[in-house]
Amino acid sequence: MTLNTILLIIMTLMALYTVVARSLLKATIGLAVTSAVMTILMFNLDSPLAAVFELSVCTGLITVVFASAIALTKPLTHKETIEVSKNKFRRYWYLPVIMVLSGVFMAFSNIPSSLFQPQAAAGAEDVRHVLWNARQLDLFGQIIIMLAGAFSIVILFKEVRKK
Amino acid sequence: MNIAMWETFLRFGFFIVMVFIAGLYCMLITRNIMRALIGLELLTKGVTLLIIVAGYVTGKVALAQTMVITLIVIEVVVMAVAAGVIVSIFRHNGSLDARNLRSLKG
Repeated sequence: MTLNTILLIIMTLMALYTVVARSLLKATIGLAVTSAVMTILMFNLDSPLAAVFELSVCTGLITVVFASAIALTKPLTHKETIEVSKNKFRRYWYLPVIMVLSGVFMAFSNIPSSLFQPQAAAGAEDVRHVLWNARQLDLFGQIIIMLAGAFSIVILFKEVRKK
Repeated sequence: MNIAMWETFLRFGFFIVMVFIAGLYCMLITRNIMRALIGLELLTKGVTLLIIVAGYVTGKVALAQTMVITLIVIEVVVMAVAAGVIVSIFRHNGSLDARNLRSLKG
């Protein structure tokens, strides 16, 4: 079993934990660990720049955003917690079963493998070249999306403060 | 694409589908909108890793990385805005239950 396979198994288990974790904060931490394991996989797949982005933004920033949002919302009351815990197992016990069945299906089915073969993309030797020279219009769109996001956050929290 | 690369792609694809299923299941089953957002994040993680693996096996790592960087930037904006919306919904409704959003007008 290679290192990548072990990391993939850990990543899948952490994703499963993220979904079934009782506490939202624990789910967020599970998500961060999933992201961190994915970062190692990205380094192994010769993508260090994307891995650094993943580690800093997805593992760090998004976890902080989620934790802040959870902190700003009221936790469940004791009665609600008991009610949720009762229904929790009933709602989520299908997930491991579905995952195992999907795994067995994919392992033993005779789906033509050429169906999923990724097509060769446009040639690119250097990340910097692709990022700054090969893409122009979509970078402009990306900047607009970032500005829109920043303005949305400012407007949302401003309204909250007013109330 | 040689056989070894193809096997790598299939091995990664197997686990990526698992993560994708977990995210989709989380989004479909839960009534907590914060947890639905976490499910969306899991879906995005699966897509991110799939792009990286596709770039690796086709030898176009640079292009895959730029795509992933774009994806991550947009992902974080979506998550930040969605978190703000969730906080606003909570202050308005006093709950994170998605069923309370049925009273929306318009």
